[in-house]
Amino acid sequence: MQAYLTLVRREMGSHFLSWSGYVVLSAVVLLLGLSFTNLLQVLNSEATDRPVTEMFYGTMYFWLILLLAAPVITMRTFAREKSSGTFETLMTTPVRDAVVVLAKFTGALLFYIILWLPLLACVFIVRHFSNDPAVLDPGTLGSTYLGIILLGGLYMSLGCFASALTRSQIVAAMITFAGGISLFLLSFISMSFTKQTGWKAQLFAHVGLIEQMQDFARGVVDTRPVVFYLSLTFFFLFLTHKVVESRRWK
Amino acid sequence: MDNGTMIEVEHLTKRYTGRAAVADVSFTVRRGEIVGLLGPNGAGKSTILRILSCFMPATSGTVRVGGLDVFTQADDVRRRLGYMPENNPLHRDMRVREYLKFRARLKGLSRAASRDRVDVVMQQCGLDDVHRRIIGHLSKGYQQRVGLADALVNEPELIILDEPTIGLDPNQIRSVRQLIKDLRPKHTVLISTHILPEVEMTCNRVLILDHGTIRAADTPENLQKIMSETGQVIAEIAAPWADLKNCWDQLPEVQSFDLAAAEGDYIRCALTARAGVDLRPQVFAMVRDRGWALRELSRSRHSLEDIFVRVTRADREEEES
Repeated sequence: MQAYLTLVRREMGSHFLSWSGYVVLSAVVLLLGLSFTNLLQVLNSEATDRPVTEMFYGTMYFWLILLLAAPVITMRTFAREKSSGTFETLMTTPVRDAVVVLAKFTGALLFYIILWLPLLACVFIVRHFSNDPAVLDPGTLGSTYLGIILLGGLYMSLGCFASALTRSQIVAAMITFAGGISLFLLSFISMSFTKQTGWKAQLFAHVGLIEQMQDFARGVVDTRPVVFYLSLTFFFLFLTHKVVESRRWK
Repeated sequence: MDNGTMIEVEHLTKRYTGRAAVADVSFTVRRGEIVGLLGPNGAGKSTILRILSCFMPATSGTVRVGGLDVFTQADDVRRRLGYMPENNPLHRDMRVREYLKFRARLKGLSRAASRDRVDVVMQQCGLDDVHRRIIGHLSKGYQQRVGLADALVNEPELIILDEPTIGLDPNQIRSVRQLIKDLRPKHTVLISTHILPEVEMTCNRVLILDHGTIRAADTPENLQKIMSETGQVIAEIAAPWADLKNCWDQLPEVQSFDLAAAEGDYIRCALTARAGVDLRPQVFAMVRDRGWALRELSRSRHSLEDIFVRVTRADREEEES
């Protein structure tokens, strides 16, 4: 536990000790700001009873942030330690491989959550100026953040896996980006099956990330995507652990 | 196994995709010894150290540190170990004290213990002046000390240092060597290097490694003694060339000699004696009898360098023939 907390602190610290953390942070703030102005325009033009979070999600900036931030946050986790050699000093301390993997993942996920905090501010601003307490329903806000964190966990674990595979941060980022985009694009296949029935439609309904996330933003928590995201996250973390461990098989 | 053995390596072999980096190596290191692992680049030094530090497993053979197997009891071994890998990798974005505390906590020290130990090792390694500086901004000598302090921070029984003085200037090398020497007898130290004077100055025992096998293992003094039996005597004498040549021809103990003009009227004679004979008294007696002037009389001590070259070259020649 002590090693885990120490490593998580170090992981978080490394984001703020280098420029890359601040670059990601400001890029995300910029994108969130753009989506916010977008949202305000929609709110000004027509009356709507949809939750703010769903309208925010409707701008699709969410995916831009997720797909771009995931590779940048996770590429360093293992690849940088391997290329600088600190992986060797880390793995010769009495810390278990699983603890290292979990700590790296936690660090990435926590930083990712920090990236999404400005969204809260946006929602509060809308609420303040609309004088309508219904704008900020804790339930919808909670389910939106649940979706953001679950999807984030999935993408971070994918990124950790990619980073563990290589000693080049660029290669790690490219693998994460390619994998993340593919996963995202699966939802378009799933959309083309919505009017059909049969096993294909059923199968692809499970990977419709866009629609699943829209449900979360609407305040609907369906256990199927929750289980799907969590199991994929565990799967990638398991693979990461195996990759880290594999140096002992050779 | 008795309590005095720190490292026990038996028939250690490590293969990388068909090529054996280490082939059937066995050696033991006693508690409190400083042992140097000496060999040219690619001889398998780092591989042995990585196996000892539980970073990777051996292909075959057993390795025990303090009686514990490095493969099955890796966690316990790591707790007793301070390891500084090749090129001394550090988190260059952290500050010195912050980094050492981070490492101490990772190695399982409590908050209070890590604070105390960090203070101790920083003083031991002369890092007090730079404790707030960012590691990446420090000079290489200081960075090396940070790596050394990291290896020492958990008070390990065994310290493994892979090329600890590489890339340092002579003053820094001297201070790092002194630091290593001071670790005796509390710690057992295993260092790898391809710099020969380093081993001569710091180690009680040398293992010469080449092509993944141990070629020689002894104290530096003993290895020198073996070599000096065929050593040369150098004498600079002011005398007519022909007379001098005549003298050496007549001395039965001189096996062969070589004359060369030195500065002034002197002639530099390099004399090879028959085995086991010290030529120096005879040379002096001869010079005194003839009334010549003698400027230098010395026996060339074989440095480890000669031993090293001989051991590793003999191997190559065998291979070629």
